[in-house]
Amino acid sequence: MLDRSKIGHEFDSFSIDIEQGRLKFFAKAIGETNPVYSDELAARDAGYKTIPAPPTFPMVLDMEGPDFLPVLKLLGMDISRILHGSQEFEYTGTIYAGDTITVTSKLKDVFDKKGGALEFVVMENSYTNKNGELVAVAANTLVYRNP
Amino acid sequence: MSDITVGIEIPSLNLPSISRSTLALYAGASGDHNPIHIDSDFAKKAGMPDVFAHGMLSMAYLGRMLTDWKPQSQLRKFSNRFATITQLQDVITCSGKIVELFEEGGEQRARVEIVAVNQDNICTLIGEAVVAL
Repeated sequence: MLDRSKIGHEFDSFSIDIEQGRLKFFAKAIGETNPVYSDELAARDAGYKTIPAPPTFPMVLDMEGPDFLPVLKLLGMDISRILHGSQEFEYTGTIYAGDTITVTSKLKDVFDKKGGALEFVVMENSYTNKNGELVAVAANTLVYRNP
Repeated sequence: MSDITVGIEIPSLNLPSISRSTLALYAGASGDHNPIHIDSDFAKKAGMPDVFAHGMLSMAYLGRMLTDWKPQSQLRKFSNRFATITQLQDVITCSGKIVELFEEGGEQRARVEIVAVNQDNICTLIGEAVVAL
């Protein structure tokens, strides 16, 4: 069983520069054809400051810290046994190309189902730009398959 | 906004089938390098038939459907549960239906039930979004 005493653990926050090229590459990878996500002029015409990051991009930033999914190390989880259970975003702003976003992350909960065969690890993440504006919060549930 | 009422469907999004290159490209662009999505040997050792799609790739497809319908600046909440693994070669279709109109934060909002299904009509993702109108 994963260690419940770690619930509430706050991971070291980190900051990421949002490069325009990275956003364009992400847009391409998801097959995005709306020019707002790849063309600065189209973005401005649509009322954006510049190219915005698509709605699921905050999750991408979670991967950019010093460790890949640091919760794996904290709880001693084997990466081959994790599945993504659910993902929630709440938006209070927009992430733009050129922003620097600070990601804070906390282990919100750990619980199990099916007599411990599956454990659920809930993370809560928040994303703040360099003006101190909170732009999004996310909850991310990982499912851990026990043998 | 008289065209937006409970029960109407938003325009759906049809995707090409999920290939190994789709997954390699998404792994690179998203920073999610979990080998279970890109390395068949690793996936088989983990007891899976082969590599399978990142859940977040399908969620990004749902996001495309939503922002094709209304600008992203109007998206307030977006959530889903990953119901079934999306396998290689699966053909995903995203659709959404308005289930509630309400007022919150001084604006009119719509709650949209969203779903991604594969070619066998099995739900892979099921969730909801709240969009300001």
